[in-house]
Amino acid sequence: MNRTILDLWVGFFVVAGIGALLFLAMKVGNLSSANLNDAYALHAQFDNIGGLKVRAPVKSAGVVIGRVSAIRFDERTYVAVVTMQIDGRYTFPRDTIAAILTSGLLGEQYIGFSVGGDPDMLAAGDVLKKTQSAVVLENLIGQFLFSKAAEGDSSAPAPQEKKP
Amino acid sequence: MPRRILTGVRALGRRVDDAIWRLGFAARFLLMILLYSGTALRRFGLTVRQIYFSGVLSLIIILVSGLFVGMVLGLQGYDTLQRYGSEESLGVLVALSLVRELGPVVAGLLFASRAGSAITAEIGLMKATEQLSAMEMMAVNPLARVVAPRFWAGVISMPLLAAMFSAMGVFGGYLVGVMLIGVDEGSFWSQMQSSVDVREDILNGVIKSFVFGVAISLIAVFEGYDAEPTAEGVSGATTRTVVISSLAILGLDFILTAFMFRGT
Repeated sequence: MNRTILDLWVGFFVVAGIGALLFLAMKVGNLSSANLNDAYALHAQFDNIGGLKVRAPVKSAGVVIGRVSAIRFDERTYVAVVTMQIDGRYTFPRDTIAAILTSGLLGEQYIGFSVGGDPDMLAAGDVLKKTQSAVVLENLIGQFLFSKAAEGDSSAPAPQEKKP
Repeated sequence: MPRRILTGVRALGRRVDDAIWRLGFAARFLLMILLYSGTALRRFGLTVRQIYFSGVLSLIIILVSGLFVGMVLGLQGYDTLQRYGSEESLGVLVALSLVRELGPVVAGLLFASRAGSAITAEIGLMKATEQLSAMEMMAVNPLARVVAPRFWAGVISMPLLAAMFSAMGVFGGYLVGVMLIGVDEGSFWSQMQSSVDVREDILNGVIKSFVFGVAISLIAVFEGYDAEPTAEGVSGATTRTVVISSLAILGLDFILTAFMFRGT
């Protein structure tokens, strides 16, 4: 094997390997869309975050505008404090509502911003006042059963009274 | 009867003793390779030559296996996912299972049997034909001249091969899922991109393949260097390389996975 041809093949091999890594990073992974332009931090307090995870997307009108950067538990007020990094291109009114939503029936959870009408804008480090916690399926089923049982109580005795 | 038990216990003890000796020698061997790898890096042509033999020549088996593994994942994944009406997640399934697990592990197993066995046989035969002793006579350190370039070639080749395996597998999954079965192309790629994280999934996969590369290369050069200088010894060492490095890959994979993906 000629020395230069051998070098050429090895060079080709290394280029192909790095190309495969780049393909994985750009096309399979989300490197191209992950970086936020000079992001700023916002905080929000939730009674229950459900299954929200760090790096979950923050969306407004369905568009990803930021990511959850930290989740911690406040030991004085017993609520979850979620810190989000929001893309610097976007600002939001002061009365924006942050809600924890689920994509699809069983999909991942994300934070959705419902934009308000306040003329003042949120600045870096502000806390969103209005939040809506995650829907916990067990509570929902519990409420449903409870309301069904209440309906049954009011409708079931009625025919019995007519019988005698 | 007691004599037979005694012989059995003695044989067991000798095996354990032997294994511990070899393990200690292997650890010292790794340090010595690192110490003498100056030549392998300074005269990089030596390493490039070995990258050709262990990396470039493994390309075909790696690429073809990656393609077929990806295609099988596409078929099997579609079959399961469509029961839950979520066949759009096929891209996520194919990409995550390849990048996190199958890419590094299967590429590692193939690399161990394709290149690791060849390295062991080559070094073992060099030892059996006393080429290594001849080098020492000429004041050429066989560790620096023969062993270190092969070790570094394996360490460099393995992550690249694993990345190519994963990329080829994703392409195979795309071929079967989108071209053959007809999953929507847009959701195939976009769901994949939104769930595969560069640091969490891809970088961890690269770290895994790098660790496997170090393990396979060390086992291959060590078994060759430690082989008994006979025809039987070389063949036994070659078999041991494949067996031990396959077990090492699977064991290390479990440990690394436990560290990396604890489901936080």
